[in-house]
Parts: sequence; C-alpha cells; structure tokens
Amino acid sequence: MAFVFSVKGKAALSNLDVIVEWSPILIKGSGLTISVAIVALIISLFFGIIIALFRLSSLRILNFIGASYTTIIRGIPELVLLLLIFYGGQQFINDARFAWADKQGIEINAIDFSPFWSGAVVIGLIYTAYMAETLRGAIMAISSGQMEAARAYGLSKKRIFFRVTLPQMVRHALPGISNNWLVMLKATALVSLIALKDVVKISSDAAKATGLQFTFFLSAGAVFLAFTTISILIFRYLQNRYSVGFVRVS
Amino acid sequence: MNWHILTDNYDKLLSGAWTTLWMIGISLFLGLIIALFTAVMSTSKNPFLRWPAETFSYVFRGTPMLIQLYIFYFGFGVLLGSIEGIRETIWWPVIKLSWPWAVMAMTLNTAAYTCEIIRGAIQNTAFGELEAAKSMGMSRTKMLRRIVLPSAFRRSLPVYGNEVIYMLHGSAILSWVSIIDLTGAARQLRNQYYDPYVPFIGAALIYLFITAGIVFVFKQLEKNYLSYLNR
Repeated sequence: MAFVFSVKGKAALSNLDVIVEWSPILIKGSGLTISVAIVALIISLFFGIIIALFRLSSLRILNFIGASYTTIIRGIPELVLLLLIFYGGQQFINDARFAWADKQGIEINAIDFSPFWSGAVVIGLIYTAYMAETLRGAIMAISSGQMEAARAYGLSKKRIFFRVTLPQMVRHALPGISNNWLVMLKATALVSLIALKDVVKISSDAAKATGLQFTFFLSAGAVFLAFTTISILIFRYLQNRYSVGFVRVS
Repeated sequence: MNWHILTDNYDKLLSGAWTTLWMIGISLFLGLIIALFTAVMSTSKNPFLRWPAETFSYVFRGTPMLIQLYIFYFGFGVLLGSIEGIRETIWWPVIKLSWPWAVMAMTLNTAAYTCEIIRGAIQNTAFGELEAAKSMGMSRTKMLRRIVLPSAFRRSLPVYGNEVIYMLHGSAILSWVSIIDLTGAARQLRNQYYDPYVPFIGAALIYLFITAGIVFVFKQLEKNYLSYLNR
C-alpha cells in the first residue's frame, strides 16, 4: 500500500528506509498509547465500582450523585471534557495556588499539567461513567439468593462485597468491560490533540515531515488494529476462565 | 468567570452546532445505507460476500476515527491535490474542500458500527417469523425485504440511538481538519478571549442539550415502533 500511494513518488526502497528510521519513535509512541489506556482503565474500574455502588445505595443523596455523574459525563464529547480539564483545570489550579500564595506572602511558579497524566486521568474519569453502568448491571445480575445466603451466614457488608459480590460480578461484567476497553483504547487517540506524543501524534508529525501521509497514518491504524485484536483475544480467554462451572446455553 | 463570552458570541456557537448537526446528519444517512448492504452481506453464506463486509467492519471498528479522518483528509486529499493539472479541472473546488473528506471518513466509520448493529439484529430474528415467511412461499429476497429487515430495523433502534450519540460526540474532532463545528467554535473563542473555561462549558452545555434531544427522539421512535414488544 505504502509504496503505491507514496505522495512524492519516491522509490520503494527509500520509503522503507523512512519507516525504519521512524520506527523506534513510533514504537515508543505505541507504548505511550497503551500506557495511557491502561492507566485510564485502572482509574475507570476503581471509580466505576464506587459510582456503581453509589447508584445501588439506598441513600438518596449518593444515588443522585451517581446518576448525575453518569448522565452528564455521557452527554458531553470526550474531547470537549479533555480540553476543558486540560486547559481549564490547569488554569483553575494555578489561580487557586496563586491566590493562596498571595495570602501567605510567598512567591511560587505556575505548574504545568503533564499531558500524560491529565490525558490518562481525564479519559479514566470519563469512562468511569460508562464502567459504572456496566458494573451496576453486573452487580444486579448476581442472583439474590447468593446475597441472602451470605447474610444468613452473618457476613458483614464489607465481607459480602469482597467475598461474594466481587468474584461473581466479574463474569457478568467482562463483556461490558471489554467493550468499554475497546472504545477507551481508541479514545486515547484524542490525547494526541493535547500534544501528548502518542502514536497518532508521532505519525502525524512524521507524515508532515516526510510527506508520506499514507505510510504513517496506515501504520498508526495498524498499531491500533493490533492492539484491539490482542485485547479481543485476551478478553475471550478471561471470559472462558471466569465462566468455569457455568453451562453455556444456546 | 466571563459568561458574557457566551451571550456575545452565541451566533458563532450556534452556527458551529449547525455544522456539527448537518455533517453528522449526512454521515449517518449515507452510513445507514452502506450498513444495510454490508449487514446483509455479512450474514450471507457466500464467503465472497461475507469476507469483504467483515473485513470492512473489522478495520473501521478497530481503528480510531481520528486516524480515519487523517487518512482521508491528509492522505487522499493531498494525494489528489498533487496530481498534475488537477487544480485546473472543474473537480478542484470540490477536492480542496475539507468537509467532503470528513463526511466520507465519518460515513464509513458509522457504517461499520451500524453494520454490526443490524447484523446482530438480523441474526436474532425469531425463527418462527422465518418459518412463517417460508411457508407462505416467499423467495429469499422477498423474505429479506418484507420480514427480516423491517423487523431487524425495529429491534436495532435502541442500540442505533447510542450510535447516533457516539457520532455526535465523535464529531468533536472535526475542527482539527479546519471545519468550524461546535468544538471548533469553542476553540476559536478560547483563543480569542484567552478563557479556557467558558467557551468549552458553553459547548458542553449545547452538546448535552443535543444529546438529550436525540435520547428523546429515540424514546418516541421506540414507543412507536417497539410497543408491540412490551407485554
């Protein structure tokens, strides 16, 4: 493909040379992409389960907080939230710090948000809303007899959650988590727009520098395709593992 | 906070919102038509029909829309632009525009996702419906046209609503290929006033409003077309 489409009509060999030349930094960018996604996954699972428990709680106020969080976050594009928090959050925190420093009478420098952490945290917090819905469904899918039995044995609420709910909800949650993960993985492409040097940013820089648009954008696409394919295989394995002991109907 | 930015520039935000709406409108419409064909192809037993449809949906669902947009806009756009003499032909005014490329990328992206939605619905068609159609002596194409597709369309409505919202949110990347959509208008205001919050909060509220509208429309459609499923 790349040879056919080379824009400036360079010879096939030099085209290959360019790829080889850029490949170390492209690989580094791919590593960054996957790290952003994994940090975001951990954040979204952690906060997702908290929001899911909020939504299942009998306390009205917690319920309201959980429901508003999921509704509002899911109604706004990821990119707008990313820009709002990356630019707005940075200014907000610096303004607050300067106000505090003025009061104390000391001098401080402005801090810059690291694009890596802000990208990963923002994407994690956005997908928290989606994870919360998945996890809520998974908790509700556990049969009530399990809870009754646990209560009858006199297990504390905390114990019930860690010993009964958590191990059983994984099976119900896995398909939803796998979907969210695939969407999240692709959403990390957006961090290239806040100047984080992920695989998309590097390939677009390379495309600009060399004029070989197709070569580099198709390589970035191939990297994502490889990541999604591997993820699908891993989730299929996990699904089988956590379904041990359940007979498949159909 | 400088809320006056929003009241002074509401026309810019609204025209951005309009750009967003018509671009996703065209893309969703064209994408639905393509998806109809690829979905039928991917349920076919003939591997020469099934294989291209499955590859299409695998590739477009496996890569971010941002990269697809870059490939179409920077890749094909620049490639065509570099052809000798093309700037003198009547096609040049169309080729040098950015929105047809963006619409093309978004159309193929939504087509791939919609294809999966419709394919799932086709495969879940109740066996009794097919049996009844067969015993009425319908041919395969007639069965597809009269029984399978209408029923599959209805059942894919709720999931398709999510896809529409996904397209609305996904279209926020358009301003990176120099299209002034809602996000693009907010970015312009941010650069103009050096205010990082207010323009984006305004855009976020409009997006929230449009999302709520889409959810409402699909609730109504479901009431109309799926009420027979509620017992």
